[in-house]
Amino acid sequence: MFRLRTIEVIVGLFMVVGFIALFILSFKVSGLTHYVSSKGYTIYAEFDNSGSLKVRAPVTMSGVRIGEVTGIQLDNKTFKARVTMKIEPSQNDIPADSSANIFTEGLLGSNYISLTPGFDEPPQVLKDGSVVQETHSAIILEKLIGQFMFNINKGEKK
Amino acid sequence: MMKIMNRLERLGSSGLTICGNFGRCGIFLLRTLFRKPRFKKSFPLLIDALYFVGVFSLIIIVLSGLFIGMVVGLQGYNTLNKFGALAQLGQLIALSVVRELGPVVTALLFAGRAGSALTAEIGLMKTTEQLSSMEMMGVDPLWRVISPRFWAGFISMPVLSCIFSAVAIYGGYLVGVQWLGIDAGSFWGNMQSSVDFYDDVMQGIIKSFVFGFVVTWIAVFQGFDTVPTAEGISRATTRTVVYSSLAILALDFALTSVLIGGW
Repeated sequence: MFRLRTIEVIVGLFMVVGFIALFILSFKVSGLTHYVSSKGYTIYAEFDNSGSLKVRAPVTMSGVRIGEVTGIQLDNKTFKARVTMKIEPSQNDIPADSSANIFTEGLLGSNYISLTPGFDEPPQVLKDGSVVQETHSAIILEKLIGQFMFNINKGEKK
Repeated sequence: MMKIMNRLERLGSSGLTICGNFGRCGIFLLRTLFRKPRFKKSFPLLIDALYFVGVFSLIIIVLSGLFIGMVVGLQGYNTLNKFGALAQLGQLIALSVVRELGPVVTALLFAGRAGSALTAEIGLMKTTEQLSSMEMMGVDPLWRVISPRFWAGFISMPVLSCIFSAVAIYGGYLVGVQWLGIDAGSFWGNMQSSVDFYDDVMQGIIKSFVFGFVVTWIAVFQGFDTVPTAEGISRATTRTVVYSSLAILALDFALTSVLIGGW
């Protein structure tokens, strides 16, 4: 009887370890959790071109992560990309005239949003639901190359 | 003319034997699976079998997972370093382990560690006529011996595969982040943004369920079907390892093509 009990306990432990491993795989590895919990406030920004920005891309300020992208939709009237961002609640005095840029991590990396602080005095800050006015779209590498080739051709004709 | 007829006859008879074997294998499986469940009595048997099949395989699975993760980390580091894409190491390790290496290597180890042991155990039971004496006593050996072992293999294989993948990813983390100095944030961050739970992790788990089913099926059937001699047991054990390894690799290709095709 005692032996069977120990075996039962060990088998139970084995199954628990398995579930812990599955838990690690689902949350730590595949990232089912969100970086920012439901706390935090939402701000919006409209970009002419959101490039290959993805949901859950980081939002940074001076290289420090302060939030993440929670949604990208097309605005039906202005035909701009409307990006929803969730910012950590501790970052509650970002000036209202900050600008948002879409940058790329390295040459092959993924896109992220960088907020550049403006110069407003603290009274006017970004609040839940406010829209970032000044935006700079993603730099599309193909476009740049195209412009570069175009300029080279023009130079040769002269 | 006579010679050709003889050849044809031999070919035909071997074909019939193969078909017969498959048929017996299938009937055996059906008789093991579809029976009146007797949970109260069979639960302790299942626990015993799980202990034997699952817990004893844990050490080899954890150790080989650790080393495989570390090796993939090292190789990936050297290759990615050439492109300056070291931040993608986490992604490389997680995807290759979760999708491919985890289920396949676990199943191969499982076939070698647990499958061969199952075959030898059941084969010896048959050789020493324990199975027939059970039948004489009115206990169905399929219920008493085969069924708990089969379910134990089917249950423990995905568990082991999950443990293997998790340990391997931590092995890669150990090499990549702790020893070679990749930034931990980009290691986990890139991994999380590229590994999808339903596409990648579930694919691995589905694979491991199928492998667990096939490996234990082969092992149990080979044991039950042993020629009751010492040589027969050794042959059956060898066949278990060979057949299940082949089945794992072939099924892996088939499953991958189906799963990637996206049904």
